[in-house]
Amino acid sequence: MVCRLRVNGDAVACAVSPNTTLLEALRYGLGLTGSKQGCDKGDCGACTVMVDGEPVLSCITLAAACEGREIVTVEGLAKDGAPHPLQDAFDLAGGAQCGFCTPGVLMSAWALLRRIPNPSREEIALALSGNLCRCTGYTKIFEAVELAAARLREAPGR
Amino acid sequence: MSEDREPKQPGFPAGRMMPGERRLEPPRWPGGRSQPPHGAFSVIGKRNRKVEGLAKVTGRALYTDDITLPRMLHAKLLRSSHAHARIRSVDASAALALPGVHAVITGKDLPACYGIIPWTEDEQALCEQKARYVGDPIAAVAADSELVAEEALRAIRVEYEPLPAVMDIETALAHPEWKVNEKAREGNVSKHVHLEFGDVDGALEQSDEVVEAEYWYEGSTHAAIEPHCALADFDATGFLTVYSATQVAHYLHRDLAKVLGLPTQRIRVVQPVIGGAFGGKSEPFSLEFCAAKLSMVTGRPVKILYTREEVFYAHRGRHPMRLRYRAGIRRDGTLTGVDAKIQIDGGAYSSYGLVTTYYSGQLLTAPYRMEAYRFDSTRYFTNKPCCGPKRGHGSVQPRFAFECQLDRLAERIGMDPIGVRRRNSIGADTQTVNGLRITSNGFLQCLDAVERAAGWKQKFRRLPYGRGVGVAGSMYISGTNYCIYPNEMPQSAVQLKLDRSGRATVFCGASDIGQGSDSVLAYIVCEELGLDLRDVRVVAADTDLAPVDLGSYSSRETFMAGNACLDAARRLRGWIAETLAALWGCAPAEVTLAGGVACSSRDPQRECMSVKDAFQLAEARHGTLGSVGWYQSPKLGGDYRGGTIGASPAYSFTAHVAEVGCDLETGFVKVATIWIAHDCGRALNPVAVEGQMEGSAYMGFAEALMEAHLFKPAAPGHGPGLHHGPSLLDYRIPTALDTPELRSIIVESVDPEGPYGAKEAGEGPLHPSIPAIANAIYDALGIRCERLPFDPPSILRLLRESDARAQWERARGQVGAAAGAGVAGRSAPC
Repeated sequence: MVCRLRVNGDAVACAVSPNTTLLEALRYGLGLTGSKQGCDKGDCGACTVMVDGEPVLSCITLAAACEGREIVTVEGLAKDGAPHPLQDAFDLAGGAQCGFCTPGVLMSAWALLRRIPNPSREEIALALSGNLCRCTGYTKIFEAVELAAARLREAPGR
Repeated sequence: MSEDREPKQPGFPAGRMMPGERRLEPPRWPGGRSQPPHGAFSVIGKRNRKVEGLAKVTGRALYTDDITLPRMLHAKLLRSSHAHARIRSVDASAALALPGVHAVITGKDLPACYGIIPWTEDEQALCEQKARYVGDPIAAVAADSELVAEEALRAIRVEYEPLPAVMDIETALAHPEWKVNEKAREGNVSKHVHLEFGDVDGALEQSDEVVEAEYWYEGSTHAAIEPHCALADFDATGFLTVYSATQVAHYLHRDLAKVLGLPTQRIRVVQPVIGGAFGGKSEPFSLEFCAAKLSMVTGRPVKILYTREEVFYAHRGRHPMRLRYRAGIRRDGTLTGVDAKIQIDGGAYSSYGLVTTYYSGQLLTAPYRMEAYRFDSTRYFTNKPCCGPKRGHGSVQPRFAFECQLDRLAERIGMDPIGVRRRNSIGADTQTVNGLRITSNGFLQCLDAVERAAGWKQKFRRLPYGRGVGVAGSMYISGTNYCIYPNEMPQSAVQLKLDRSGRATVFCGASDIGQGSDSVLAYIVCEELGLDLRDVRVVAADTDLAPVDLGSYSSRETFMAGNACLDAARRLRGWIAETLAALWGCAPAEVTLAGGVACSSRDPQRECMSVKDAFQLAEARHGTLGSVGWYQSPKLGGDYRGGTIGASPAYSFTAHVAEVGCDLETGFVKVATIWIAHDCGRALNPVAVEGQMEGSAYMGFAEALMEAHLFKPAAPGHGPGLHHGPSLLDYRIPTALDTPELRSIIVESVDPEGPYGAKEAGEGPLHPSIPAIANAIYDALGIRCERLPFDPPSILRLLRESDARAQWERARGQVGAAAGAGVAGRSAPC
């Protein structure tokens, strides 16, 4: 079957089976390999993407169920070839070590900052509690989100 | 590493048994290698970005599963459903008949045994005669898709003859005739080491206090978020390329040649960006051999991606250990004798087990001086997934037990636990009781730092019931002294190319597993040659393009690859400086390369040019600009069998203070904060060093309170050996909400042999987390946690079984009395 999605602003059509997950459609159908598969059952959060403005686990979401919906992946965060302030903050603050959980963490953090521009540590921890990171101990991730939040408040629009 | 028999290794020279008397010596630089090339550092020590950072945060970094090749097939492994069974037959005819199935291979297609340690090669890519744990691979199928491959697995008929399963150390001892692994020379013993240094019994007899206790360290696994993945491509010329999520491309290269019967020069191993490893990808796995063989059989690229469940069964994680310690102390706080007896549950195969067994004893002899030391460690085979090296290989378990012992000894003599640690600190430029050479040592500064930062003196034995603080220390190696297979060649090498465009490319076999080793190489080149970070490219972990580095294990990359890179860059720097000195009529030492500019320190306004112009002048004078650097450690270690295991050119030191709060109703322990002070020699990039410290403390915290890699006993419908919960939900790793506040404090002792004085930071800071938490729980509740994990049921049981509150009161009173006598909290000079 053909599934029509809006991915990172583009209208795309993708051939899928009824059991194809959104993650499979993105990674293997559309070549958007930024979103990662860490567990395949919604435990780790590495596959997190935005669907209609909400963070969603794409490995347990069927592609067919996203027909016509607006999807943003980590590849869609950068604009005009420049990294999003959140991405830049992660790079600067050491928020990514191996980087495998990072795309999912970024999507959850982005969703948080759109909701709460000035989050507390507790709010950040809660928003990211569905994204497992095995490298950082989360400290540098918190610092990166706080840095990004400060920068975004100074220069809003992203 | 010395052992009894010389292994045979096709393709690579086996080398002599013992490392030769003459080892390659690194160049000596005026002013040494720990200092900046001129004046002050311009790149080193700064909070720089990582070279691959932006690729990772924008989703552009390519991990193994992100690579797809034309006509690529997908393969899956059939795994044993029995913990221990003879394999009578494997019938794959029905699987082969399925549409979309291209090939099936079994044990007889890959009969050669391999193993990371040349003396204990006991694994086959696919079991031929016997399966030794639930999940042991038996057959592999290549098909058009993973779904078809999975369907084919269900069509393969395996006839098993179940055998009694050995599920723990007790059974391994009780039933030596239930032989798990035929390579064991005696019963189920994988390795036994007994070493004694000095008169332990005499030292214990002359102690004022002796504490004896037994500890249980539960097994845990790495749980890197990226599952293992390999993609093999055997081309028409007979050349095999394997892309793999491995942290040891060079060792994989050797074992692929051995198992596949291919010449090493016709194999290329590439490590794409890797999604975490922690030791869990530091030896070859079945998937690499099977993908390669299936590619050879089908003539098409073949990919294997483990499911999360398979990753749990592939394991190679922390060994469960039972540790019994006797340790003595004199009333003045001097540590006397230490006697350890350790039993190690190794799982079904050897893996790094020989080293694990040695490490369980050898790495305990610093940061504290001990008069006499004995350890007796035995690793046993059991019918479970094989254990191996997890961050802090072999030494995390004894460190937990010993630091708890030290806490008890301090209490017996009424001394502050930080004071006891200071009193026994072994210091710099010395030797341990087992012959390890210690050079730089910042342990006392680490103790001072955590004592101050945590507010120790106001908290220890002073917080209300349910809250407490605990301290622990440790040391760790910066790389092993020898390659895993004996040879005289460098342990790490770099080729450095300078381009007249003003660009440098570093070629090095080193494996960046997220710790930032690629960036370390780039920082060093930038520091020496005055380049911008964006003008250095690192080509690493590709056996075709880069010279050999042994890989990312034993915390060796910064020290060894860093030193190789420093020498390569400094050689080139010498040619450039000489060229400019001749031009300007100054001394080469007066030439500075920094921030993209070359100038003389004499007249930097007039005698200056871009480094790009300088490269061109140097190229015109010297010819094409390229250089090599390599690292070979000096001859180190004790003069006894096994004396080189644990020897390292430099040791890092760490101290932690943990603060906990315990809920008396539920038994739930919340770790509020861990203060981590770590002596990394010199922090080449403080962001990366802090990241390693925080990640280590997090992982130690996780082992202390949450993680347990357990297997089920026999149940209706299934024999023993199923994993208790092979998912990232059931195997509980800490989320952002669970993780304590982590406060990093970098201590820099500047090691004379490290690159710019750097030592390791990736593994050492894990060790003290667990005992610091255990000791904090004692301070909070008056109970000694001797078994991991310290989960609510075990806390409640300990509270029930002991008169915890009274013990807590006694401990407080004792410190008060000791403080009155001027012992507790005494601050020793640094």
